[in-house]
Amino acid sequence: MSDQLLNLTLHVWRQDGPTDNGHFETYQAKDITTHMSFLEMLDVINEDLIEDGKTPIAFDHDCREGICGACGMVINGRPHGPQRLTTTCQLHMRQFSDGDELWIEPWRASGFPIVRDLCVDRSAFDRIIQAGGYVSVNTGAAREANEIPVGKLDADLAMDAAACIGCGACVAACPNASAVLFTSAKIGQLAMLPHGQPERQDRVRKMVAQMDAEGFGSCTNHEECEAACPKGISVNWIGKMNRELIAAMATAKDEVEVRGK
Amino acid sequence: MQRALTLTDTAIGKKVVMALSGAILVGFVIGHFLGNLNLYVGEASMNGYADKLHHMPVLLWGTRVLLLIAVTLHIVSAFMLWQRNQRARPVPYKMRKDIATTYAARTMYWSGPIILLFVVYHLFQFTFVPESGNVFANVVHAFSHPAVAAIYIVANLALGFHLFHGVFSAFQSLGANHPKYNQARHWLALLITIVVAGGNISFPIAVLTGVVHL
Ligand code: HEM
Ligand code: FES
Repeated sequence: MSDQLLNLTLHVWRQDGPTDNGHFETYQAKDITTHMSFLEMLDVINEDLIEDGKTPIAFDHDCREGICGACGMVINGRPHGPQRLTTTCQLHMRQFSDGDELWIEPWRASGFPIVRDLCVDRSAFDRIIQAGGYVSVNTGAAREANEIPVGKLDADLAMDAAACIGCGACVAACPNASAVLFTSAKIGQLAMLPHGQPERQDRVRKMVAQMDAEGFGSCTNHEECEAACPKGISVNWIGKMNRELIAAMATAKDEVEVRGK
Repeated sequence: MQRALTLTDTAIGKKVVMALSGAILVGFVIGHFLGNLNLYVGEASMNGYADKLHHMPVLLWGTRVLLLIAVTLHIVSAFMLWQRNQRARPVPYKMRKDIATTYAARTMYWSGPIILLFVVYHLFQFTFVPESGNVFANVVHAFSHPAVAAIYIVANLALGFHLFHGVFSAFQSLGANHPKYNQARHWLALLITIVVAGGNISFPIAVLTGVVHL
């Protein structure tokens, strides 16, 4: 790993609020060490902007350790940048070379309206979870943890799905801005566990209906989502969700209501 | 007004319709290709086969109605999903890099309509206004024009691409996927593509090169 300093040209999407048209602004990133994370590099740019009395670039971040899912931007056409299985906050400048030109854009989807610059509103994901991505548990004394046996493999698979941090890279990468990878991981995770069984058929129907209501596109099985996912969520969950939905529609004893047109 | 959610309300449900109608069409193109192999056996065999079909009106018309329903459902759901997808990303990316997708997957909305146009042309040529009652002669005549042969070759390339992604994709749309068999889905798609599209393309080539002649 070299200690070389990088000079980069950045074209960053600047948008002054949800209704602004937005445009690309070009910045020179000078003397960037390869040990910096991508967000730290943007911090440096922002320091300069603030010193010049300009508005810093708005971008989301929180944990900066790859677990919260807050960060995310499309860097040269790839959500979270060029490194596989890596969030933007965990992407390091050593992935780039001196003289690179980078186009930095927000997630683009009507389900994720832009708040400002690179920040998008991902509350559509919250509403999908609110529609059914939970298990109902009576409060009271905590139950014995091992009371309900869970097979090791099922637990592992549920954990694989639960690795989703809800960052939205799947939507950003999908040619149709579809949210099926996220939604299917959340449905699949609970479908693997005994705790998820009582509400299983309701959950898949309500979450899928909410996903559609949010205006996300439909899956055409390009599998770009899996390739972009920083947590490596598999498209197999999408197949499982489809199976769950078909089964629920065919066998559920009750109906799920939606608002008619 | 509240009403019950139905499968076809959802985008996933519309994709299920596409997959099931697509499966019917895949079945048809396989059968159609196998029937066309009679071309290699000879004039009597080809015309005998056509004759046999025309003497089974229930089967013939049953199949035609089924195909018409399948094509309609396939296209209507394709159109509805296409509209949804257009709305889902109103502002495109300045730069986009695909990693996982295939050429066939990216061109489904091209290969599909090409197939549709071709089917209309094909039906006019051989079904609605055939040149004569001799099916074998009609085919050989048609394909001895290089331009006509070229249309058939291009259309079947489009069919091949459509089949390659379509067969692979339909399993996933129906939830019939499993890590154990996902590789097999790819191979099945490739096999059907090569046999059907490759086989169909061989017919005009066989006529042009004189392998099949009157
Ligand atoms: C008649 C004109 C046709 C049109 C306009 C058309 C259009 C489409 C479109 C737009 C898709 C969706 C692609 C995607 O989601 O990525 C699709 C999928 C598919 N098509 Fe067609 N298609 C046509 C004919 C055919 C034919 C003749 C066959 C059979 C050989 C076929 C088999 C399939 C299959 C199996 C799928 C996959 C469905 C799925 O992913 O669930 N299509 N078609
Ligand atoms: S800031 Fe939390 S995952 Fe990147």
